[in-house]
Amino acid sequence: MRLTATLLTVAALASVPLWLHDPYLMNALITTGIFIIGAMSLNLLLGFTGQLSLGHVAFFGIGAYVSALTSLGFDVGLPGGFRIVHEPWPPVVGFGLAIVAAGLCGYFIGRLSFRVRGAYFVIVTISFAEVVRLVALNWVELTQGPLALNNIPSIALPVPEFGELVLRTKLHNYYLVLTVAVIAFVLIARLVRSHYGRAMRGLMENETLAVSVGVDATRTLTLAAVISAGIAGAAGSLYAHYIRIIDPEVFAFINTVTMVIMVISGGKGSLAGPVVGGLVFGLMPVFLRSILAPEAQWIAYGSVLIIILFLLPQGIVPSLAQLLSKRRGKKAVPKTVVFGRRAKGPA
Amino acid sequence: MSEFLQHLVNMLVLGGTYALLGIGLTLIFGIMNVVNFTHGVLYTLGAYVMFIVVQELGLNFFLALPVAIVVGWALGAIIELTMLRPLRDSDIDTTMLVMIGAWIAMQSGTLWIWGGVAKSVATPFPEQPLVLGPVSVSWLRLFVLAAAALLIVVTYFLINRTKLGGAMRATFQDHDTASLMGVNVDLINTSTFAVGSSLAAAAGALLGPVYVIFPQMGDLAAVKAFAIVILGGLGNITGAVLGGFILALAEELGAGYVSSGYRDAMGFLIIIAVLIVKPTGLFARSERVG
Repeated sequence: MRLTATLLTVAALASVPLWLHDPYLMNALITTGIFIIGAMSLNLLLGFTGQLSLGHVAFFGIGAYVSALTSLGFDVGLPGGFRIVHEPWPPVVGFGLAIVAAGLCGYFIGRLSFRVRGAYFVIVTISFAEVVRLVALNWVELTQGPLALNNIPSIALPVPEFGELVLRTKLHNYYLVLTVAVIAFVLIARLVRSHYGRAMRGLMENETLAVSVGVDATRTLTLAAVISAGIAGAAGSLYAHYIRIIDPEVFAFINTVTMVIMVISGGKGSLAGPVVGGLVFGLMPVFLRSILAPEAQWIAYGSVLIIILFLLPQGIVPSLAQLLSKRRGKKAVPKTVVFGRRAKGPA
Repeated sequence: MSEFLQHLVNMLVLGGTYALLGIGLTLIFGIMNVVNFTHGVLYTLGAYVMFIVVQELGLNFFLALPVAIVVGWALGAIIELTMLRPLRDSDIDTTMLVMIGAWIAMQSGTLWIWGGVAKSVATPFPEQPLVLGPVSVSWLRLFVLAAAALLIVVTYFLINRTKLGGAMRATFQDHDTASLMGVNVDLINTSTFAVGSSLAAAAGALLGPVYVIFPQMGDLAAVKAFAIVILGGLGNITGAVLGGFILALAEELGAGYVSSGYRDAMGFLIIIAVLIVKPTGLFARSERVG
């Protein structure tokens, strides 16, 4: 049943370019898709371990810059008279390196901040994102600073006996993003259903109990952070090669906020949540643009967010699932576990 | 050496307003367990109140600060009553996201009303700075420091010496027991949010004339306020004051001796360093779940 629904959704999404020819809407769908991949990776941390990364855009941006610099090449001087000269490599290699680099950053952030619980992970991730943004802005020799990295090549897939397929058009990129999104979805779904996933949920619901039955808390949380960061890095790489120009604004806090909105409005801890929330909030600006003045669009965006949270506090997907099962006369599905609320008194 | 003294003086001015921002946020975080993303917008609105009172209405500069405090107080109370009170039993992520929604809507409203062009405020202070031996400081900055210090003392008095403050501290320690002892927790929540918001607005009104006023000015201020709160420990007012000054010192020294481009990175580097050396934060109680 669930598998059928997933396959039908993928088929429906794959058919979109067949009937939708508007380039503006295609562009909106592709960038939304890229952000949905980022939101899915955030959901792995927020929804399945209860750890909120408010600097998730750092991993996204690092993926974008690593991928872009790998495929563009660079020549920087280091203190002590050393120079690093890098010749351009194919973008596919950049895509792989983006995942590795972002994953490594996730490892260090995880090791650093999972020593203590509470708001520390939130603050370390925010701080990390700010520091990386300032480095991207100030290390002009490497990143061109505010002048941006231009002419980033499109991703080219090697095809046997054909040379290579350069993914330049919107159609190509749509299917590329869709493919990566499906891979990320399957990866996360398999992970959270494995024993690592059960350990993550156990830590989220009752850490003392989970640790007492032998869950290594720091290792499990760090693993989630590494995978989450790696997927976010992949999304960043797709972004760099699709937009083909990146500047330090890619690290803007609002990009993290966009991903958080997608996850929580869709339903954290639900695999489909970030996809549904992402489609709603990723495409909303497109529709608001046609009916409202530019300044009023974001006021409406913020207001819709507040209204959704008042009406569906658990997020769209879990709330609808609850509604559906009630209508079928079944026993209501158990309320998703409320976490993150550090009860001060007896809970 | 004189350069270092100058940095210390600048640190005091900046640290005072950072402390105000931090106190407001740490109160709200500590007592209500709400990650308040509207804090930065209230900082921005405080600065715009300054702009309206001085530039558009042509009233006295010194009148603008109390007006900003009252406006911040009222807006905070409205936000709490309309958005947070109905969600009192929701988890922290939901209220945080509602605050993010309010932040986006309010910031866009600011942009809509006043436009994106940066505004500046004329001040009644002489152009000539006050020169004390090797250091010089403008009269405006001295006023900012004095006003911030006064507000910090008043807040400290409010929390530690008044009945309202006692009820706030009781609510912070144990929500349910305070309620059983006859503390009106709803009223405390509204008061806390209003007081915290008025402090943010006061910080904006004080720093607005020092720099320029634009709709996004609160974003970085809010992120810094979060950093200060963590540095000082959740709900710890003395910690927030110290955290504010430490952040300001790091920024001044970082901008002066490392690179001005990395000025805003200094606070975050400190936080990362603190977490490596002393993971529980400088003045924080260690927090464990479960």
